[in-house]
Order: sequence, then structure tokens, then C-alpha cells
Amino acid sequence: MINLIAMITEENISIKKVYSILEAVTDPEVPVLSIIDLGIVKDVLLNDDEIEVIITPTYSGCPAMDFIKVNIRMVLLQEGYQKIKVTQVLSPAWTTDWMTEQGKEKLKAYGIAPPNSAQSVCTPDSFQKEEAIQCPRCNSYHTHLISQFGSTACKALYQCLDCKEPFDYFKCH
Amino acid sequence: MNQESIINYTIHLADNALIMGHRNSEWCGHGPILEQDIALSNISLDLIGQARNYYQYAATVIGNNTTEDSLAYLRDAGDFKNCLLVEQPNGDWAQTILKQFFFSVYQYYLYQQLQYNNDDQLKAIAIKSLKEVTYHVRWSSEWVIRLGDGTEESKTRLLKALDELWMFTGELFEPASYELNMNVDFDLLKEEWTKKIQSVFEEATIAMPAKNNWHQSGGKKGKHSEHLGYILAEMQFVQRAYPNSAW
Repeated sequence: MINLIAMITEENISIKKVYSILEAVTDPEVPVLSIIDLGIVKDVLLNDDEIEVIITPTYSGCPAMDFIKVNIRMVLLQEGYQKIKVTQVLSPAWTTDWMTEQGKEKLKAYGIAPPNSAQSVCTPDSFQKEEAIQCPRCNSYHTHLISQFGSTACKALYQCLDCKEPFDYFKCH
Repeated sequence: MNQESIINYTIHLADNALIMGHRNSEWCGHGPILEQDIALSNISLDLIGQARNYYQYAATVIGNNTTEDSLAYLRDAGDFKNCLLVEQPNGDWAQTILKQFFFSVYQYYLYQQLQYNNDDQLKAIAIKSLKEVTYHVRWSSEWVIRLGDGTEESKTRLLKALDELWMFTGELFEPASYELNMNVDFDLLKEEWTKKIQSVFEEATIAMPAKNNWHQSGGKKGKHSEHLGYILAEMQFVQRAYPNSAW
């Protein structure tokens, strides 16, 4: 019984260590965000001597996924892990609700407006009232949508009407 | 649901998304303004991503070293099960928009049903894709309204596009044999699709075409227009010229 508890604890510690190693893997398109910040690491499993990292894509067509898979393998190899498996799952579907608070702060500091905590526009109806998005530079809410589609699948393009800066908004999903 | 239906149905969903995505990608670098060029490229990316998810699933069920790439690049036109609508030429901006609108609304209501399907993977892909398709429906319907309720020129072009494309919409609701046992209610799908098209057309001040008119079909069974051959010739060129090449 005591041995069993010791084993579980040991396992927890090494899983925690894997999570901290994974902090070094960033999104190639938004390099300030780690894959932990993004909320795409769903689980880390220890299968005997193998480490299995379970990830989920943000958008179906996210071109960064293959790159992220390779990088997960790289950082774990560098830390001495040898048997590594990266598994991609689609369910449950990723949502911006899984982004960490720390991730949202990093985004803002980088000049990208973080996703609003509750999505107000998620229906297919046309010409809806725009979401109130805060300008990441001057904090004004006096902003307007230029395009629902931005430089990557996960972003929309906005402009601040006060400081006039255009900026990306990491849209709610 | 038997395994053969699941394979054929999954490939049908994949082919629809891939060919529509490929057609949209033809606009990349040619959009009327930068923001709309980027919008179409983003929609393309979503659709090709959805196609990959479906092909990967079909490849797993088929086995025998089948891969998403062999399904996309090594089948000929007669094996493709996409509906005729998605392979139609882009034409002008109005035709591209109207094609996207018809297709996105179809995907939206189809995925609404598939999100409760008893096949776990079809269900997962539908739930994931639905979030993306919601944006496509909004974007394309706003453009239909702008064009229809815009200038005389934009309205004329939208009406011409309607004349070109309407005959391909009937096929969406005419189930092929592999669609019959997938727990999709085609009557409901048609009803919801028609209702949405009608409400956007009303806002765009254009009239719905007459009901029960003749429509084209065959794509879902592998009988395609000549356009698909040209799409495949371009899309599959590298794999045909340099078999098994990878990068």
C-alpha cells in the first residue's frame, strides 16, 4: 500500500515535469504563447516507459499543428525522454475558454487583443452588433471590426478609433 | 451503419470540403481587396483542414496503408464523391460568393445534425467544424446582401450567378445510397437550408427561384462535370509527376 502511494506520487511528479518542459513549445504563429497557455495540451500520460502527450488543434486547418508535434518531440528528447508519442484528438473541440489568464496577459503585451471571456457573437446571423473589443495599445473600447478573418485562422482584424492603430483580435471560438 | 457506408460517406464529406477549399484557394493573391483575399484564404484553410480530418478517419477505417494523401492525390475523377456545386468555376466575385453561401449554409445545417451522430469521429469533426462554418455563413451572407442590395451592376451579377448555380443546389438534398443510413434527415436539412436562403435573399432584395424546377445531379455518384478533371490535374500534378515525393 505504501509502495503504491509512493509510485503514484512519483508519477505525478514526472507528469508535472513534462508539463513544465512543454512550456518551452510555443505557437509558431503567436510565439509569445506556449502550447500550455493556448490550452491545446489535453493530457500527459505515462504508459510504462513511454510519455504520451495528447493535443487538440485550435482550428481544423491550423497549419502549425505538425510543427508543434515535432517541437514537442524535440524538447522531450532534449530532456532525455526517449519513447515519446504525440496523439491528436478532436473531441472535445478546442475553445478559447481553455486559454490561461497568463496567456491572455502575454497576448495583450504582445499587441494582440485577447479573446473576450464570454463570446457575444456566435450565431451565423449577418450584420450583428459588433463585440466590444479593447485596444491592446491604448485600452480604449472605441474600436471597430475591419474583417472577421485576419492574419491567421484564430484572429480577426480590428482598428482602434482613438489611437488609430489597427490590431489583431484573438477571436472567441 | 455498415463500414462501407461510413467509408463512402466520410469520403463524400471530405471531397466536398477539399474541392470547395481548393476552388477558394484559386483566389489567393487575386482578391478584390486584401481583407477579402485573406478571408477567402482563411475559409479555404478551414475547409481543407476539415477535409484532412475526414480523409484521416476514412484512411483509418479502410486500412491497407491508405493515407489522407493517397485519398486526396491518387484517386481519379470517377472516384470523387463531391456534389457538383463545389466544382463549379469561381466566375466573378458574385458567383464565388453565392457558391460559398449555398455551400456554407448546407454545411451548417448538415453539421448541426451530425453533431449528434452515433459515429463518434463524424460527431467530433462536425462539432469542431461547426464553429468555423458559422463564420463562413456570416461572411458569405453579408456579401450576398451587399451585392443584391448594392448597385445595379452588383445586383445584375448576383442574379446571373443565381442563374448559373441554382440548378446545382438540388443535388445537396438528393441522398446517394451511402447517405441513406447515416441518420441524416434530408427533408429537415432542405427545409432549414431553404428558410435561411430565403431570409437572406429577402434582405438582399432578390427573389427565390421557382420551386420544383429541374436540377443537375450525379457528382455524389462520381459523375462529374468537366471542371473536376481540370481541378484534379492541377491539384494532383506533383504526386502524378513525381510519385511518392514528400517534403
